[in-house]
Amino acid sequence: MNAAARTIRRWRTVDIVVAATIAVAFGVVFWAWGILWNAVAPVFVAFPPAQGFMTSIWLVPGVLGGLIIRKPGAAIFCELVAALIEALLGSSWGMLDVVSGLAQSVGPELVFAVFAYRRWGLGVAIGAGAMAGLGNTVNDLITSYATWPFGWMATYGGLIIISATVVAGAGSWWLTRALARAGALTPFASARG
Amino acid sequence: MIGTAPLARTDAWAARANPAAKLIATLVIAAALLVAIDPVTSGIVLAVELVLLPAGGLRPRALLRLGVPLLVGAVSLGVVNTIIGTGGVWGGLGLSVRLLAIAVPGIVTAASTDPTDLCDALVQRLHLPERFAVGALAALRLLPMLAAEWRTLSLARRARGLEAGRNPLAAVRIFAGKVFALLVRAIRAGTLLATAMDARGFGTGPRGRARTSVFRPGDYALMAGALILVTAAHLVSAGFGTWRVLFTG
Amino acid sequence: MAATEAADGPVGAELRGWGWRHAGREMWALRGVDLTVAPGERVLLLGPSGAGKSTLLHALAGLTGDDASLTGDEEGTLLVGGRPARDARGRTGLVAQDPETQIVMARAGDDVAFGLENRGLGAAEIWPRVDTALSGAGFPYGRGRATAALSGGEKQRLVIAGTLALRPGLLLLDEPTANLDPAGAALVRDVLAGLGGVTMILVEHRVADVVDLVDRVVVVEPGAGVVADGAPGEVFARRGADLAARGVWVPGREPSPAVTAAVPGPPVISARGCGVRAPGGPGTAEAPDPVRHVDADLADAAVTALTGPNGAGKSTLLMLLAGLARPDRGEVVPAGRLAEADPRPLHRWPARLLARHLGTVFQHAESQFVTARVRDELRFGPLRTGTGHRAADARADDLLARLRLDHLADAHPFTLSGGEKRRLSVATALATAPDVLLLDEPTFGQDARTWSELVALLAGLRDSGHAIAVATHDERLLAALADRVLPMAAGALATEAVR
Repeated sequence: MNAAARTIRRWRTVDIVVAATIAVAFGVVFWAWGILWNAVAPVFVAFPPAQGFMTSIWLVPGVLGGLIIRKPGAAIFCELVAALIEALLGSSWGMLDVVSGLAQSVGPELVFAVFAYRRWGLGVAIGAGAMAGLGNTVNDLITSYATWPFGWMATYGGLIIISATVVAGAGSWWLTRALARAGALTPFASARG
Repeated sequence: MIGTAPLARTDAWAARANPAAKLIATLVIAAALLVAIDPVTSGIVLAVELVLLPAGGLRPRALLRLGVPLLVGAVSLGVVNTIIGTGGVWGGLGLSVRLLAIAVPGIVTAASTDPTDLCDALVQRLHLPERFAVGALAALRLLPMLAAEWRTLSLARRARGLEAGRNPLAAVRIFAGKVFALLVRAIRAGTLLATAMDARGFGTGPRGRARTSVFRPGDYALMAGALILVTAAHLVSAGFGTWRVLFTG
Repeated sequence: MAATEAADGPVGAELRGWGWRHAGREMWALRGVDLTVAPGERVLLLGPSGAGKSTLLHALAGLTGDDASLTGDEEGTLLVGGRPARDARGRTGLVAQDPETQIVMARAGDDVAFGLENRGLGAAEIWPRVDTALSGAGFPYGRGRATAALSGGEKQRLVIAGTLALRPGLLLLDEPTANLDPAGAALVRDVLAGLGGVTMILVEHRVADVVDLVDRVVVVEPGAGVVADGAPGEVFARRGADLAARGVWVPGREPSPAVTAAVPGPPVISARGCGVRAPGGPGTAEAPDPVRHVDADLADAAVTALTGPNGAGKSTLLMLLAGLARPDRGEVVPAGRLAEADPRPLHRWPARLLARHLGTVFQHAESQFVTARVRDELRFGPLRTGTGHRAADARADDLLARLRLDHLADAHPFTLSGGEKRRLSVATALATAPDVLLLDEPTFGQDARTWSELVALLAGLRDSGHAIAVATHDERLLAALADRVLPMAAGALATEAVR
C-alpha cells in the first residue's frame, strides 16, 4: 500500500471523535423524533408507508457517517455508537439496538467498499441508503415478523427500502453537502466535494 | 446509564457484574432465540429471566418507562403476526414471547452499565480497538451540550417566526433544519474535542491503564448460565415436540 | 514517548521565517514569523482577530499536519526545545478556550488520568500524579467528582490539571478564560499565577485580565510576522492605539462610549410568579429549577439587564420574557402598547406575531440562522411576518449597510467570523422592526470594535423608543448601557438596582 492509500485508510483522532459525535447528536435526534412522531402519528395512520419513513431516520447515521468521514468502517462505527447511546439512554429494546445497528450498517459499508472508498456521489449515497433499508428489513423480519407470508414480507421490505433510499440515502447526501457549504467539514476531505 | 437519574441501583448484582460479561450473555440469548420461533423455547428463557429480574436492580420508574412500551410492542407484534402471519395465535404468541425474552436482558444490561466501565471492559476483556472505544466514550461528554442545543434551536425557530402548527410537512422540514444546525455544532465540538485529546497525547503509542476491568467468578457464571439456559430451553422444547425453526412454514 | 518523559523543566521555542496557510485558502494566516522564547518566559501573544494566533499555538503544540485536524501548508522552521514541534509533543501542553470540548471522561480523576494513560504509564504511577495535579490546580473536589456537575471555571481548572499532570515544559493557553464568567475566569487566573517551572505562551483578547501574568508581549500581524515585541508597558505605549483601533482590549484604551441614561417608560412585558422546572432530555443531569419564582417587568424605552453568575437562571428568564418558552408556573403577559397587538400571555402568541413584535438574539448566533445566505437570513423575518418582497429587500439592504455586512450578502451565514455572526444575528432580530429586543450575552467573546458598535446600536434603539433586555455578566456593558439591573441568584431575583 503506498503512502497516499495509507493516508486514506488511517483514522485520525478527529475522524474517530467526530464520527462518534455525529452518533451522539443522533442520540438527541432520535429522542426528539420519538416525541415529534407521537405528535404527528395520527396524521400518518391512514398512510401505512409512513411506518417505513419513520424507521428510516434510524438508518441515517451510518450512511451520513460514511459520507462525511470517508474511512473504511465509518458507516458501521457511526451506526453502532448511535445504537449503543440509544440503548444506554434507555430504550425498550435495550442492547438489542446494537444488533439492529449492525444489521443496518453492514449494507452501506459494503456499498462504500465496492467503490473503494473513492466515490461519494448521490448515486452511491442512494445505494447505501437502499442497502441500509434492506439490512433493516432482514433484521425486522427475523426479530418481529417471522411468520408473515412471503408476499407481505416483500411488500414491507419494498416500502422500507424506498423510504430508506429517500431519507437515509438522498437525505444524508443532502445533509453532507449542506454541512460542507456551511464550512463545518473543514477537517475532512468531504469538505471539498 | 447516563446522567444522574440512574435507571438501575448501583448496588444491584447486575451493576457490579462486568459489562462485557453482561453483553456476551445478552448476545448469546439473542442469537440462540432468534433461531427458534415457538413460544415454549422463549417462554422457558423468559420465565428464568423474570425470576432473576430483581438482581437487575431496575428502579420502579425505569421499569415502568421501559417495560410498558416493551409490553405494548410485544402484544401488538403478537396481534399483527396472528392476523397476517401463517402461524395463527400460536405463531403470534411465539414472536411476542421471543421478543420479550430477548429484550429483557438487553434492558437490564443497558440500564445497569456505566459507560466508562463498558469502555474499559470492551477494550480490556473483549480487545476491541482502544482508540475507537475511548473516542466514543469521549464524544459522550458532548451529549448534555447537544441536548441543550436542541432545545435552544427549538426556541430560536419560534423566535424567527417558524412554527409547524398542525402541518406535518412543515414539521418535518423544520425538524430537518434543526438536525442540520445540530450537526454543525456537533461536528465543530467533536473537532475541538479531538484536538484537546491529541494535545494530551492520544494515539501516540500504547496506552497504559488507570483502571482494570476483570472477570470475576460471577461473570463466568453469568456467561455460562446464559449458554446453559438457552441450550436447555431448545432441548426441552424439542422434547415436547413444540420446537420450530425460523422461516419454516 | 518514554524518552521525552525523562526530560524536565521549562523549554523554549524558536521560529525562523515560519508561515502557515490553511488547506484550501489563498492567503497565508501567518508569514515570516521570527521569534525566540527563552525557557521560563511568560509571553502574551496579541494581534487582531484572524491573525493566526491560535494556529501558531497549535503548531507549537505539534498539532498541525496531515494526520491532525489542522491541515495546510507550512514554511520556515519551528522548534520546541530544539526539536521539531511534532517530536516535542510530549513536552508541550495546550489549554483551549471552551472547557466543554476539552473534558474527555465522566469522572474528574479519570479525566486527569487520560493523558497519563496516553503516555503508557501504569496505574501505580498514574494515581499519585493525578492527586498531585488536582491539588496543584486547586481543584476543590475528589477524583470521583462527576465532570458534568462542574461549573465552567472548575472544568477549566480540571483541564489545566490534566495538562499539568503531563509535566509540560511549554504551556500554551488559547484564550483560557474567554468562555467563563468573571468568577470562573478568576479561578483560572489564580492557578496560572501560581505556576512555576514552565514556559508560558498565552493568547487572550481581554488584556487587562492577564497582563499581570506575563513578562513579555508579542504582537503578530495577519499575513505578516511579529510587529512588536517587548515588556508589556513598552509595547502598549508604542502600539496600543493601533491595537485598540483593531479590536484588542488594550489596558487603559478600552472603549468607553458616552451613553446617557434613559428614563424607563411604562412596562411592556410583565413576568408574574414565573417558575421553570429543569428540562428533561437525553443525558441531562438532575438539576435544580433554573427559575424558581420571579416577578419582573421590562420597561419601554430603556435597557433592562439580567445579571448574575452562570446558572443563576438569567438566560432561562430571558427566554420566558421573549415568549419563546412556556413557564411551568405563573405567566408572562404583554402590557401597554404590546398588549394592543394581542393581550394573551406571550407563550400563547403564534410564532409569526411574536417575531413581528419581539426580536431575540441568542448567545450562539448560529442557533438562530435558518437560511443558507446572509441576504436571505435578513429577508426571512419580514417575509414570515407579512411584509412584501420589495419592502423585505429594502429592509435587508438597509441592515446590510448599517451593520457592515454588505460585502457578505451572498455568503453562507455559518462561514462568517465571530464578530460578523454576532452582527448578523442582531440584524436578523431587527429585520422585522420589533418593539422589544432581547439579547442573551450579546458581547460574549467579542473584540473591542464589535463591542463598541453593539453598544452604540443598542443605545440608538433605546433612544428611539425600543424596550431592550440583555442577559449578561459583562460589567462594561452594564456600566455603559443598563438603565435597570435585575440581579439573579439561584433562580430568583435579588434586590433590584436602579442606576
